[in-house]
Amino acid sequence: MAEIALPASLQDVELVRSVRTPARLDYVYTAGAATTRFLKGIGQGKILGERAPGGKVYVPSRGADPQLGVATSEQVEVAHVGTVTSFCIVNVAFYGQGMEIPYTSALILLDGADLPIMHLIQECPVEDVHIGMRVEAVWVDDADLAPTLESIRHFRPNGEPDRPVVQPGAGVTW
Amino acid sequence: MKEQVAVIGVGQTKHQATRGDVSMAGLVREAATRALADAGMTWADIDAVVVGKAPDFFEGVMMPELYLADALGAAGKPLFRVHTAGSVGGSTAIVAAQLVQAGIHERVLTVAFEKQSESEAMWALSLPIPFQPPLHAGAGGYFAPHVRSYMDRSGAPDHIGILVALKDRQNALKNPYAHLHEHDISFDSIKDSMMLWDPIRYAETCPSSDGACAMVLGSEAVAQRASKPVAWVHGTAMRSEPTMSADRDTVLPRGGSDCAAAVYAEAGISDPRGQIDCVEMYVPFSWFEPMWLENLGFASSGDGWRMVEEGATQLDGDLPVNMSGGVLSSNPIGASGMLRFAEAALQVRGMAGEHQVEGARTALGHAYGGGSQFFAMWVVGADKR
Amino acid sequence: MVRDIAVIAVAQMPNVRAETALNEVEMLMPVLAEVRARAGLTQSDIGFTCSGSTDYLSGQAFSFVSTLDGVGPWPPIQESHVEMDGAWALYEAWVKLQLGEIDTALVYCYGKSAPGPLHEVLSRQLDPYHVAPLWPDAISLAALQAKALIDAGKATEADFAAVAARSRKSALDNPNAQLAWDRPVADILAKDPIVDPLRIDDCPPITDGACAVILAAETRARELCSRPAWIRGIDHRIEPMALGARDLTVSASTAMAAEKAGLHGGAVDVAELHAPFSSQELILRDALGLGNQVDVNPSGGALAANPVMVAGLTRIGEVAQRIMDGSASRGVAHATSGPCLQQNLVCVLEGEGE
Repeated sequence: MAEIALPASLQDVELVRSVRTPARLDYVYTAGAATTRFLKGIGQGKILGERAPGGKVYVPSRGADPQLGVATSEQVEVAHVGTVTSFCIVNVAFYGQGMEIPYTSALILLDGADLPIMHLIQECPVEDVHIGMRVEAVWVDDADLAPTLESIRHFRPNGEPDRPVVQPGAGVTW
Repeated sequence: MKEQVAVIGVGQTKHQATRGDVSMAGLVREAATRALADAGMTWADIDAVVVGKAPDFFEGVMMPELYLADALGAAGKPLFRVHTAGSVGGSTAIVAAQLVQAGIHERVLTVAFEKQSESEAMWALSLPIPFQPPLHAGAGGYFAPHVRSYMDRSGAPDHIGILVALKDRQNALKNPYAHLHEHDISFDSIKDSMMLWDPIRYAETCPSSDGACAMVLGSEAVAQRASKPVAWVHGTAMRSEPTMSADRDTVLPRGGSDCAAAVYAEAGISDPRGQIDCVEMYVPFSWFEPMWLENLGFASSGDGWRMVEEGATQLDGDLPVNMSGGVLSSNPIGASGMLRFAEAALQVRGMAGEHQVEGARTALGHAYGGGSQFFAMWVVGADKR
Repeated sequence: MVRDIAVIAVAQMPNVRAETALNEVEMLMPVLAEVRARAGLTQSDIGFTCSGSTDYLSGQAFSFVSTLDGVGPWPPIQESHVEMDGAWALYEAWVKLQLGEIDTALVYCYGKSAPGPLHEVLSRQLDPYHVAPLWPDAISLAALQAKALIDAGKATEADFAAVAARSRKSALDNPNAQLAWDRPVADILAKDPIVDPLRIDDCPPITDGACAVILAAETRARELCSRPAWIRGIDHRIEPMALGARDLTVSASTAMAAEKAGLHGGAVDVAELHAPFSSQELILRDALGLGNQVDVNPSGGALAANPVMVAGLTRIGEVAQRIMDGSASRGVAHATSGPCLQQNLVCVLEGEGE
């Protein structure tokens, strides 16, 4: 710490090393048109994607085709089943999460979609989860369906035979 | 059209989980005064200041460079603030270099920092935002499935991640500024450490650090008057790609390979493995080393892990990687990219001390950010471009 | 050697009090589509993209990342982002164009001030140890500055009200303005101050907005635009943040930036000044040496619409538009950041052959 000459009156005063200043800011978030459409679909027990002009189906849609930068609006209903393209087993709790550990977080490519979503795998031992595994969405009870992502509780294996996973990209373009 | 630009001085702080001994101003000044001293300059010599850091929620101060203007000697000067997510330290250096290359300023001070102990970094990274799909596995867990994809595609054996972590932490022991100095680190201690997001272990993960890095960049005239060796910038490049795109390859991102191709073309590098002497790359989880080795053209697709296993990336290997200990040993998020660029510069200046690669004359600095979507790179050399 | 760079296209969304139906990406996309259409360019034609925004406004870390998907960055693009008003993103693009490797750049910025408590949010910019814990709002800080002006004998409350009235009246001609009306100065002065000596009309509205500009170099600019708005000079400077460390009645950094940008090399027809508070316009006019013949803030300025992180770039866009449509020959645009005009950017624009 830099040497500073204190006046005599402050010589024996305890130094302030830090200040704790709580701050709270309340924000109102807007879902946006695309997310609103998606969540309304969830509220009806449907998983909706949107098709971009290039043909790719995005779930959930954010309203923009990330390749062309144009709005998407063509609704496409995708299946509630999909294939695990990758996953990880979470062993550590983190801020805001209240899951029982260990649990599996997976990238799931729903049938009909072109980009995987990230969701939880439950109802199976974590060591059984593998790339290519077929899974289905587990919803809350009909009475509890609401336009919120929590309406899908998790995914579980559905017993179908594995499907091969084709990873995008052709590698380094040298 | 592009003027020459060189790194005249480098400075960094001792990186640590909590730098409770300094304020933000103290932290940036520690790095900046060291860079100025290394450059043989004073605050008055600087024409412009370019600051980079990651999200301001990490410190709880909005646009803190405004408040830090005096601490950075910027009153009466242009002050700029770059924010390109994790790659920010690198892109900040590039923005600063461009001011000299465009002939606008002669001497630019560039500083990148993060004092993430001030706020709650994990909170800021995992903040649940309404209407957005929650990150079920947290920030680190976002990358774990991509690491698993790499392992699946390449057939790499399980221990590759351990080898990288061991190497970087051992290198860090030779870097007095590094955060982690784990004298008892071993293959087994890493292997036995807890799996956080399988397949990534605790000991294969970067720490959370407070730290700052600074460089003084100068024009050709300034470089020629420098009393210490300088590092000439041979090439710079930045590329960005979308977060969510169906054609994205998150294991071998096209943005990364395009960026590398661009920087190599500018720097006259046609054979990266042969012409580059050492690399400082952004590896926050150890498995990123083999992935980036492929992405940067040092190994063909699926073979990056072999380079690791052969020991090629060791400090005394054929292509040393992360001689400083890398992000795995120190991770002040906003500064990490600039640390890579600065360490590359130190290597070709012959000033990397105990972690110096003997005879290094050309080095690559690499930074990435976001969901493996923002890339910033530079090639520096002991000789003028 | 300095390359001639020009603004060749401008687009903005109509400024509103709050955009509650669309998120930031959806709000921005039409603006990007419009500016590209005006320039006759697609995203893949553009050499460099740079944006300005701030996390604290949106209440989200890395907020600019999701917005980038709306740009359509595929194949991967050269792109950068500043945690500053879009005017500084334009500066970065201008520097990049100087290097001679690319000929066009897209600059965009957006900001929703409505979601968070704006004045409390802005207080997070202040010295975190001594000032921020007091939570001083932006209006109070501007009022301190306004009072300093009055105490120094440099302005009166009537002068502030005149700026407020003139700005909102000019805004009647601006289809993108949020606040536009024609009322006499006396009506403004009749209201009680909200923070002495500032009245509600001396203050900017809270605004959600977005703006985009396309820059082009030399020959390319002439190919794409019949009357490009050439950037003759651009510079920015910062002062210490501490309000007690500077003379709040002048803007030394604006004066310095103006000199470095070559403002005084010729007369100016139009000036767009980023003065969120009416009192600040007087300080800036003085710092820039603008005479009474200059048309100041014909768009209504920040008093008519103040989307944080956007209002600065919009000033540059408004001057550029007037040069491109032939109604002005030489103009100056100004952008500010930080409390009480701490940081300032000055851009001098001119039509061809002027």
